[in-house]
Amino acid sequence: MLVRLQDVSVDLGGVRALQAVTLAVQRGEVLALVGANGSGKTTLLRVLHGLLQPPGRQAGEPGISQAMVFQRPFLLHLSVRNNLRLALWLTGVPRGEWAGRADEALQRVGLDGLQARPARALSGGQQQRLALARALVRRPELLFLDEPTANLDPAGKREIEALLARLAAGGMTLVLSTHNLGQAKRLASRVVYLEQGRIHADLPTDAFFHGPLSGPAQQFLKGERT
Amino acid sequence: MSAFAQSVHTAFDLIVHADPALQRTVALSLWVSGSACLIASVIGLGFGAWLAVARFPGHRLLLGAMHTLLALPSVLVGLVVYLLLSRSGPLGHLGLLFTPSAMIFAQTLLVLPVVAVLTRQLVGDALHEGGDQLRSMGAGRLGAALLMLLHGRWAVLTIVVTAFGRAIAEVGAVMIVGGNIDGFTRVMTTTIALETSKGDLPLALALGLVLLAVVGLLNGLLALLRRAPAPTVAGAW
Repeated sequence: MLVRLQDVSVDLGGVRALQAVTLAVQRGEVLALVGANGSGKTTLLRVLHGLLQPPGRQAGEPGISQAMVFQRPFLLHLSVRNNLRLALWLTGVPRGEWAGRADEALQRVGLDGLQARPARALSGGQQQRLALARALVRRPELLFLDEPTANLDPAGKREIEALLARLAAGGMTLVLSTHNLGQAKRLASRVVYLEQGRIHADLPTDAFFHGPLSGPAQQFLKGERT
Repeated sequence: MSAFAQSVHTAFDLIVHADPALQRTVALSLWVSGSACLIASVIGLGFGAWLAVARFPGHRLLLGAMHTLLALPSVLVGLVVYLLLSRSGPLGHLGLLFTPSAMIFAQTLLVLPVVAVLTRQLVGDALHEGGDQLRSMGAGRLGAALLMLLHGRWAVLTIVVTAFGRAIAEVGAVMIVGGNIDGFTRVMTTTIALETSKGDLPLALALGLVLLAVVGLLNGLLALLRRAPAPTVAGAW
């Protein structure tokens, strides 16, 4: 178990964003958080990642390396290369490894050759890929992704999904939030359905999509299918 | 030729022929305001970044006070520094009154709130946009705030130029703590005030033009710097 939440509630600006959430992330799984806008997916990701630390959050394995890719990536007004160097510097990676790691990550996301470009001059999709590369240079064991393909065109979506599938096959634990049920179906080993900050279903992917569901999760799936 | 045209003509003559008195005054102005701006920037950038992330009882009160100090009258700063540095004041033993150092001290106090408040705003906005992402990569709160200064370096330069503009254009503080001593503490603004009152309009006008040119030159330099390639991370640390 990498992270465990026990009866966690979070209030943000007077709004209850998470309510009595109990969840554990197991090593090696691909966990998809699905739900409508405002259901609490991003807040849950932030809590799992440790950006929010409400009572009831417990890191299972101390010192585990983790990274997060945000829905709207924030890239500094620096070149692509220097944005990656910054992540490596903050992670404490020895300088001798910077170039190799950066090149490898850029190649993985299909941005090799763009090292010298200003990061903010890249297209939205390229910035999303760079944010993913910035997470990958840290070689995380646990990777959180908030709507990782939201800004990508269909071809970009396929490429990133294929990359995420390769990362998962390589043993990386992934926790992603997505609106795209097809993506959850293709990538996830387990699906958590959230509504109004509460978990209404927490099932293996097959059981979520093909098994009998009840209540809000069933309504959500029905709505998505019609 | 009208008196105004005659004054402008003589003013250009003084500039073109690099009048020694003019040069001396300009050099002292640049030294005093440049030093004050540098000191205020070093302190104010760090303090402003810290203010953007610090939370403590009285934080809002301090912010309110800093915002009030944005409109600090330069004569008031001059008066306070005068009281501090006068022979019977707490810093009187330093013997700084009526020296360029006193003028630097006064101008530093004058522009420090400008740098700190604008920096806090700049860093606060940037942190709102991307602070979590820097923290997610391992940056501490203050570290993230300082990184935002690198991210917003062009805005930081604009803040510094704004502070320099405020310093070099003020007259009240340097007049009080410098004493406007010819060849020693006389700067452009105090000379303009004095020469205008004496009726020597060409010199006052020439200094006014130089004052404008200095700020124009700085803005030009800023525009050139913006075109330069981004700094490398390895070089930055």
